[in-house]
Amino acid sequence: MKVGKQTIKFETLPCIFSTSSMVGPKEMQGPLASYFEQSSNDIYFGEKTFEKAESKMLNTCINHLISKNGLANNDIDLIFSGDLLNQCISSSFAIRDLEIPFLGLYGACSTFCEGLLLSSICIEANVAQQIIASASSHFCSAERQYRMPLEHGNQKSTTSQATVTGCGAALVTNSKKLDNGIHITYATPGKIVDLGVKDMSNMGAAMAPAVYSTIANHLNDTDRTLDYYDLVITGDLGVHGSDMLVELFKRENIDISSKHKDCGALIYDTTVQDVICGGSGCGCVASVFSSYIFNELKNKNLNKILLIATGALMSPLSSYQGETIPSIAHAISIENEVK
Amino acid sequence: MSGDYFMNTNINITNSEYDDLISSKATKSSLLKNIIIAFIVGGLICCLGQFITDRALDFGIDKEVANTISCITLIFIGALLTALKLYSRIGKVAGAGSTIPITGFSNSVVSPAIEFKSEGFIFGIGANMFKVAGPVLVYGITSSVILGFVYYLIHYVF
Repeated sequence: MKVGKQTIKFETLPCIFSTSSMVGPKEMQGPLASYFEQSSNDIYFGEKTFEKAESKMLNTCINHLISKNGLANNDIDLIFSGDLLNQCISSSFAIRDLEIPFLGLYGACSTFCEGLLLSSICIEANVAQQIIASASSHFCSAERQYRMPLEHGNQKSTTSQATVTGCGAALVTNSKKLDNGIHITYATPGKIVDLGVKDMSNMGAAMAPAVYSTIANHLNDTDRTLDYYDLVITGDLGVHGSDMLVELFKRENIDISSKHKDCGALIYDTTVQDVICGGSGCGCVASVFSSYIFNELKNKNLNKILLIATGALMSPLSSYQGETIPSIAHAISIENEVK
Repeated sequence: MSGDYFMNTNINITNSEYDDLISSKATKSSLLKNIIIAFIVGGLICCLGQFITDRALDFGIDKEVANTISCITLIFIGALLTALKLYSRIGKVAGAGSTIPITGFSNSVVSPAIEFKSEGFIFGIGANMFKVAGPVLVYGITSSVILGFVYYLIHYVF
């Protein structure tokens, strides 16, 4: 049901039943290493190219999600998945042999929330019972598409972020399956916001206004305040983008800094890991939510969170043509024990 | 917005104000430090080139050939360090100090060649090898042709 201007209220309370995550070697050196279910020491994941590596990682992650819940592929009604590569090849090749109906998504780094949002809508409409939402990214495949060759000797901008090699998958089901689950109660699909940032190596700052817009609309539409949530988690503003978000809220005399965490800043130790402002990419919010945050929800350390995945919707082509960066943010309200 | 709502949903900032806010919050890269490191690393590469030229001259090789030997050796060293994944590390610290000398040019040709090997010899290496160095070649060659023409005019026509 639509509430307010742009928010969807889920009356059937779709539930995030289970999650699975897989990451690469660099993410395993970060502070969240112990939360990731699967990982590989090999940046190629045993494959010959980086693109194949990304597909292999996502495929392994989805298969693990299905098997650890004692399900078979034909128990899954639908997969929503997306990634950063042209034509979304990582997802298509990962899902090629699964024989599960597949809808590909592109929302840049916002893809994972877009998938969760669409999954919830399908559950609410009762057109599917068990849906997987997933997203992936790989540092090396993203670098070669968006930036310079890996071995090119250049300096990164002080505001740049490093694409996360990782993926996450969530099994979204209807709440009949269990009474005390982790529910998706509201979703606020974002509007595109563009404040004229052109710098491709400062996507955090480009996306912060989109996050502001989505949070503001979400809170107004649901009649909530920031106090309602234990945590507002954005995916992937990075350190600099998070500062910008805090600044935007400050202008409205609201302090968000105590309530806000960012997946891009959480996944790496930015002081020692040579990632400048933190992580980015579809796989960042997907892997951090599917591991650390889901774990915190399960253990009731967090009970009410607002998960906001953000996307910078430019391409190298549009940037070379002098375009600014259109940005988007989708919010999902995830809550324990809904009464 | 009505006062009943928690927040103003319109972002109350103009594009140029936001741009200023970004500049004030972004970490500045240290210009002086970058210049000094670039000067030292770039200078060392040039010294190495001069050293090779001098040794070649010692062997009684004439100046023009000695310069060529120096160039080729530096190009080889750049390519080797790129293949050993060391040049990107040097570049991270040295910036323009390792990009501008001829070793940097070598790095800019070899790095895409390594990267695009996965798409095969024609559409991978062949099509992408000059992806980074291409613009330098196009404008380098164009400007040298124009300069050569001016030189010709000055010397032989007037």
